[in-house]
Amino acid sequence: MGQTLFDKIWDAHVVSSNEGFPDILYIDTHFIHEVTSPQAFDGLRARGLPVFRPQQTVATADHNVPTWDQHLPIKEELSRYQVDMLTKNCAEFGIELYGLGHPFQGIVHVIGPELGITRPGGTYVCGDSHTSTHGAFGAIAFGIGTSQVEQVMATQCLLQSRPKRMKIEVNGNLQKGVGAKDIILYIISQISAAGGTGYAVEYAGDTIRALSMEGRMTICNMSIEMGARCGLIAPDETTINYVKGREFAPKGEEWDKAVAYWQTLYSDEDAEFDSVLSFKAEDIEPMITYGTNPGMGIGVTQHVPETASFEQKEQGSYKKALDYMGLHDDQQLLGKPIDYVFIGSCTNSRIEDLREVAQFVKGKHKADNVTVWVVPGSKQVQEQAIREGLDKIFDAAGFPLREPGCSACLGMNEDKIPAGKYCVSTSNRNFEGRQGPNSRTFLASPLTAAASAITGVVTDIREFLSEEVV
Amino acid sequence: MSTKIFKHIQTSVVPLPIENIDTDQIIPARFLKATTREGFGNNLFRDWRFDNDGNPKQDFVLNEPKYSGKILVAGKNFGCGSSREHAAWAIADYGFDAVVSSFFADIFKGNALNNGLLPVQVSDDFLKRIFEVVDADPHAEVEIDLVDQFIKIVKTGEQESFEVNPYKKACMTNGYDDIDYILSKKELILQFETP
Ligand code: SF4
Repeated sequence: MGQTLFDKIWDAHVVSSNEGFPDILYIDTHFIHEVTSPQAFDGLRARGLPVFRPQQTVATADHNVPTWDQHLPIKEELSRYQVDMLTKNCAEFGIELYGLGHPFQGIVHVIGPELGITRPGGTYVCGDSHTSTHGAFGAIAFGIGTSQVEQVMATQCLLQSRPKRMKIEVNGNLQKGVGAKDIILYIISQISAAGGTGYAVEYAGDTIRALSMEGRMTICNMSIEMGARCGLIAPDETTINYVKGREFAPKGEEWDKAVAYWQTLYSDEDAEFDSVLSFKAEDIEPMITYGTNPGMGIGVTQHVPETASFEQKEQGSYKKALDYMGLHDDQQLLGKPIDYVFIGSCTNSRIEDLREVAQFVKGKHKADNVTVWVVPGSKQVQEQAIREGLDKIFDAAGFPLREPGCSACLGMNEDKIPAGKYCVSTSNRNFEGRQGPNSRTFLASPLTAAASAITGVVTDIREFLSEEVV
Repeated sequence: MSTKIFKHIQTSVVPLPIENIDTDQIIPARFLKATTREGFGNNLFRDWRFDNDGNPKQDFVLNEPKYSGKILVAGKNFGCGSSREHAAWAIADYGFDAVVSSFFADIFKGNALNNGLLPVQVSDDFLKRIFEVVDADPHAEVEIDLVDQFIKIVKTGEQESFEVNPYKKACMTNGYDDIDYILSKKELILQFETP
């Protein structure tokens, strides 16, 4: 019987497999950031252990960093302390750090791929749930807790049971104005925020194949929002072309060898999945979430569900979510005034996202009632955007281009959405307080976010597209 | 290094019948700045537990004097979202030894097990029964036995068995540690690395 892509990569990384024990899985690269690593370094010190493979460990500072005036010291004391701690720990344990001011600094899931560190067939972990992003290259990549960060630091291995395998196919042509973010928000809305729990999800089908690497990363990034262990997409020409020539990508003969191997990485025709789901691209509208988990999403023209449509035992949680969001049964979000628009996060802060938004807002201006933040995913994205003149377009539109970091994705740094305010956000989580205490998040694609910034209300991007060609 | 040992407990419980409780609720991001593992319990469920001025919200379970105990019982898909282990630390630091739900998010489950906090997955019906019994009698006790893998509502005698990875069970009941185990196979790691 054939093998799935996931199993091929997993098997190639098993160091030891014993009945009754989880497998010991070898990790090619361990990404770390300032929030989930300090306790792991302390653990190593307590054990008197070094980092086993410092050269296979890559560090950056992203969660706590300000996205304005980054050259100044971080104002918030605890944030500054955490970032300083990472600097000290990396120096002590011999780990390369792409910290503030470094040309490679950025959100950990943006820099791995753009530096050519993330490659097909590899295994990647990070103390961060959106590590699933890296799976877009046809790799196994998932988030781990801090005890496991310590484990990988100490051994370059992770104790892990093999998850079940799920295939999600999307076939057909997307409507105009519908992109990768809408696809994944749609899938999660269909299978719920827990629908993928326990699975490694392979995305397949011609709609997925037609996506750019950036789009594929957006999809894999949000795999965790349906509870999946990881998401992955078989590598192809698009993948290979993306990796080629990047800073740390293999070169010369090494490159040819690597490509030959990558071409063997696909699920065999007769590979068996524990679950297979299919969706039609034509069914997907521009999506928006109305609730407090990413599964609570609807097409932008649809209405918020009625409480009565849920099972009795779910109604309490549902009502709580609507109350928090200040919404009611059967409400339409279209036309609802908003206060903030956040374009950024490891889901949608790559150069392609910024290009798409810039192209759309060129010659337009944001509505007066809206504050807009455009936050590049990395220093390299920021510089590329400036080279292409996107910053000028953004400025003219009232969309200032900020500096790289997680920013308003998580309310941990200076960029927070104030209590009670509505933000159309291209990030990945709409949990209560995620963007700041009592903030209210509508998750959407970069185009939907940009269109809503222009009109000042939740907007169907397709209304713009009927007038012009984007 | 050894970790906390867990074999058996019997205590009253704290009911939190909300579904999809994500780790941002368990411990909001702005409290993740500490660089040690201690003290997170003070901010457990921070924004549900305290108002903006830091005053306890009287209607939240942790602030209701009638509820206490070492077992947290919550709605399905508990611990979804961020991989922050701080969530498990906060729950354990607050004083819980076990969390009962009808479904756990993967990463949370692993994090809990790595910190001597036992996640006990029960059926929807059993979960409902616990909520009902505790609603009628806030002091009703629940017994959890990891060795024999069962959970029991003491008052009614209703009982269910639960699953736990045998390796993780051995770790928790003996205080074994993953890193010691992997390092015992160091030869194999070095072999794997040799082309
Ligand atoms: S951008 Fe948001 S989701 Fe991504 S790594 Fe940063 S905080 Fe996490």
